[in-house]
Amino acid sequence: MNAVLGKPESLRDAYGKELLALGEKDPNLVVLDADLSGSTRTVLFGQKFPERFFNVGVMEPTMMSIAAGLALQGRTVYASTFAVFAAGQAYNFVRQSICYNQANVKIVATHGGLLVGADGGTHQIVEDIGLMRGLPGMTVIVPADAPTTRAATVAVAERPGPAYIRLTRENLPTVTDGSFAIGKAAELRSGSDLTIVAVGALVARGLEVAEELAKVGISTRVLDFASVKPYDAPALLRAARDTGAILVLEEHTVLTGVGALVASTTSENYPVPVRRVGVPDVFGESGEPWALLDRYGMSKERIRDEAWELLRARGKVQ
Amino acid sequence: MPEGTPVEVVRSLEATAREIRQEVIRMTFAAQSGHPGGSLSVTDLLTALVFHELKIDPARQDWPDRDRLVLSKGHASPALYAALALRGFLPREELASFRQLGSRLQGHVDRTKLPCIEASTGCLGQGIGMAVGMALDARLRRSSYRTYAVLGDGECQAGPTWEALMAGGHYKLANLVVILDRNGLETDGSTESIMGIEPIAEKFRAFRYHTLEIDGHDFPQILGALDEARRTTTGPTAIIARTVKGKGVSFMEGKHQYHGKPPNKAEAEQALSELARAPEAKP
Repeated sequence: MNAVLGKPESLRDAYGKELLALGEKDPNLVVLDADLSGSTRTVLFGQKFPERFFNVGVMEPTMMSIAAGLALQGRTVYASTFAVFAAGQAYNFVRQSICYNQANVKIVATHGGLLVGADGGTHQIVEDIGLMRGLPGMTVIVPADAPTTRAATVAVAERPGPAYIRLTRENLPTVTDGSFAIGKAAELRSGSDLTIVAVGALVARGLEVAEELAKVGISTRVLDFASVKPYDAPALLRAARDTGAILVLEEHTVLTGVGALVASTTSENYPVPVRRVGVPDVFGESGEPWALLDRYGMSKERIRDEAWELLRARGKVQ
Repeated sequence: MPEGTPVEVVRSLEATAREIRQEVIRMTFAAQSGHPGGSLSVTDLLTALVFHELKIDPARQDWPDRDRLVLSKGHASPALYAALALRGFLPREELASFRQLGSRLQGHVDRTKLPCIEASTGCLGQGIGMAVGMALDARLRRSSYRTYAVLGDGECQAGPTWEALMAGGHYKLANLVVILDRNGLETDGSTESIMGIEPIAEKFRAFRYHTLEIDGHDFPQILGALDEARRTTTGPTAIIARTVKGKGVSFMEGKHQYHGKPPNKAEAEQALSELARAPEAKP
């Protein structure tokens, strides 16, 4: 089954190393962190470029304002902390200091979603994609693997304006060739009976389920929807037209995430059945990271059941 | 150095401040919204900055080494718009568009619409942080520009204000000056009855600021404090400027009710007539 998946790799390490490389190329690039530089891996940049690295301590809201102040002087600024602090604690500072000011700040938030694991529900933000994609001018990217993380880290530097990249604490298997582009979905598997649209850690599970379905003759297209904003509406509508049903997988509340985006886009343009696999309207809890995904409705069994539900709805199976 | 300030400089700044106050009344009356009280309290401070202290040039608004001014209390926008208009950064006629649909003069200052604004503010507790970022940028690029942040006293109840002040002290930003418009009143009443911020000077000192206390309506004292800030090279300076909310308009002075309430027609007329009077004619 794992034939479709590459070796698990750390997204955070991929970010830290790519940031270091960017820092070597751009002497005006500065990085901020809020006392989590070892975990976010900005420490790699900080060790090499101490003058351009500001570890501001536990003041995430003000980190966003300081980042904006630096960016408004023409710099590219990266600011990192855990997603619960970046999108949650600092929300209105991201909104006004960064987005309202159109400041060139790239927020790279690690530890998004339930895969934070043992730290529990306080730290498992499952609302951040919704919060960030609602901000005018914000680019939102949710990489599924290390190659996409590397590409996205560079891509946001090349695109002026605010960006939010959501990374996962756990190592994730490589599922893409790293040819990520902002605004484009990556078709990881072609198919005609059903489309799975997935982000982050659930892309791998989507591929595994698609492989299982293939064994019983179901042809499943898999789209890695890493670029959540701007998003690839043409790819989505092609999927709706070609396959007639879409299953969305996200480690995020189903109320405001990618499932909501897919459902609204298809219903306005080309209505087809859409089902959402994600976190129901609840907080998480402490536990082994992957067991949490199973417990909160994102198990492979659940994904498979939802896929069959859609296939039945389309009359493709009995 | 109050005694060192030439009297004609002081007279000129006072005259400019009177004009700015009249514009504040006209703008908030015309818009029938806005924040006259805190605009009038901060007028003398902004006048001193825009017409005397800041290295700025209307002909070169993107000059990289210009001084930066961040109005953290972004609701005092009428006073800043009027000061910048009188200084030549925007047409004076444009002040009439304040808070109107399509205007560059938003209710709270917006840099994306009006380029001479350094930072969009409005939600409190964010301006100082942006100013800290600017001061760090100047240090990194070895630029001589200085950053001035004007803070409201209600804003001192916000935790992130202190985060940002802590950062300014920690980084020993001698190129940063924080000016507190200490008018003592916020929307619902006095700061000390709602959530006291005193002893405020001790707080700034504890946060590693060279802290000065002045009368924020006395130009020799304002200019003296700004001079002293420029001579301070070990870290940031805080100027606590004691001011009067609604300053210059008798019925608004000391009244929190005019924090976010515009004058009606009769009030505007009376205010303008009081402000038009020469200072000698005042008691």
